[in-house]
Amino acid sequence: MKGVVYAMWLRQLKRYWRSKERMIGTLAQPVLFLVALGFGFGPIFQKAGGGDYMQFLAPGIIAMSILFTSMFTGIEVIWDRQFGFLKETLVAPVPRTHIMIGRTLGGATVGVLQGTAIGIICLFFGFKITNMHYIPLALVFMFLTAVMFTALGTAIASRLQDMHAFPIIMNFLIMPLFFLSGALFPLEGLPKAVEFVARIDPFSYCVDGIRGTLNGSVHIGLATDFAVVAAATVIVLAVGSYLFSTIEI
Amino acid sequence: MNNKDEAVISVKGLTKKFGDFTAVNNISFDVEHGRIFAFLGPNGAGKTTTIKMLTTLLSPTKGRIRVNSYDPMHEKDEVRRSFGIVFQDPSLDDELTAYENMEFHAILYHVPKNIIKQRITHLLNFVGLWERRKDQVKTFSGGMKRRLEVARGLVHHPKILFLDEPTLGLDPQTRNSVWEYLKKLNKEEEMTIFFTTHYMEEAERVADMIVVIDHGKIIKTGTSKELKKETKTSSLEDAFLKLTGRKIRDENATSLDRMRLRSRVWRR
Ligand SMILES: Nc1ncnc2c1ncn2[C@@H]1O[C@H](COP(=O)(O)OP(=O)(O)OP(=O)(O)O)[C@@H](O)[C@H]1O
Ligand SMILES: [Mg+2]
Repeated sequence: MKGVVYAMWLRQLKRYWRSKERMIGTLAQPVLFLVALGFGFGPIFQKAGGGDYMQFLAPGIIAMSILFTSMFTGIEVIWDRQFGFLKETLVAPVPRTHIMIGRTLGGATVGVLQGTAIGIICLFFGFKITNMHYIPLALVFMFLTAVMFTALGTAIASRLQDMHAFPIIMNFLIMPLFFLSGALFPLEGLPKAVEFVARIDPFSYCVDGIRGTLNGSVHIGLATDFAVVAAATVIVLAVGSYLFSTIEI
Repeated sequence: MNNKDEAVISVKGLTKKFGDFTAVNNISFDVEHGRIFAFLGPNGAGKTTTIKMLTTLLSPTKGRIRVNSYDPMHEKDEVRRSFGIVFQDPSLDDELTAYENMEFHAILYHVPKNIIKQRITHLLNFVGLWERRKDQVKTFSGGMKRRLEVARGLVHHPKILFLDEPTLGLDPQTRNSVWEYLKKLNKEEEMTIFFTTHYMEEAERVADMIVVIDHGKIIKTGTSKELKKETKTSSLEDAFLKLTGRKIRDENATSLDRMRLRSRVWRR
């Protein structure tokens, strides 16, 4: 099992490392958000008594970069299907669950690397990590987030034949997960309906966990965050493994 | 299951429908252990679909299959441990190098560590790609990719080897040496070889046993000699044409296949 998971993991990393365009593309988007929103809304946020917006926003942007990168690596299964490489892994004499786990860990590693890179960039824009001791815990949250969304991307891609459905996934899943999560705005004092949606959005708990560990401002609570993120990760991973195991070509 | 004459692949009443369309229609055949078995038929006959069902990639609509005495529907892992395959359609990772593609396969198929390197070196030399081993596959020509796919299929030595048009796009030199190699494996390791091809002289030369399929149905089974005798022809190609008719396959299927072939060439 170890050999197969490792081989799959390594393959995902090599692909990421070799496609510099993609790497730059996925770094550019969060930086754009950080600059435009951070500097654009900063003054209003301050006036409204919210404090330093960059300090609030940065963890949300880190979480966002992980969400997007992980989902995309998960959805890559469709490319593998179209280019044919998927078949090669599907007939191999190894449980497909192992292939799926290796693939997911690879995608998750890429996600965490991206998130870390964005985190470092945030420091240059004035973001301050308040408690260094919490960094390992922040990494745990980042990793679980990455695993969850790589697995989710894989699960969805397992049932799709081609990329035609991609805009639907983007607009009806990824964007709502992101915009309704509290990554960009505080969850306090929201209209009831929005608050409710944010509460059932698992990504909210990822954002809260990452923000809480990096700058100490928690809204939901780290224990709850962890429980929800861990449980959601396990569920998505299980469903994803099942869907991936039953792919037909 | 180790003597000749025992069926290592057994198919009974196998049917596959895609919606209303029946791609494989109630076919039955046996492949004996250690044979070189040719599965011939015009474009769209149902060869690849059958191979997909035998190799756990597609579930049958009806019928019973045994591969190495296991059921591809319910004993997937056991079946997957019994065979190797070279697909008709591309199946390489273009972003990886030739060597990495081979190595990945070796790990997936549990080839012992101490022989991985030696076998990959041997095979890459054999197909003339050793000098290009560190290049990403996307920089290869169509024939080079095909050679790599064939070499990769030989990294591990399974009990049964499925080859879906293995020599498609290969030059005559490579085609010949690949078949020499396969015949040697078949002899020395008693590897059963199940292959499809559109080169009739190739099938005539190497196959111990031939099944001809058309429109999803088996229309003839026998050795090349028997087929020629029954159709009173002097070459397998003539026998094949007599059996399947000279008509080009129904317009839809052929234009689709041509398109597939073209897109394959483009992608390479
Ligand atoms: N996923 C699918 N959905 C619908 N029809 C399919 C599907 N796969 C194959 N078919 C149809 O089934 C028939 C048999 O296809 P198959 O690929 O098995 O042919 P083949 O004998 O391998 O032909 P070729 O020599 O061109 O490779 C064709 O008419 C094809 O259009
Ligand atoms: Mg075919």
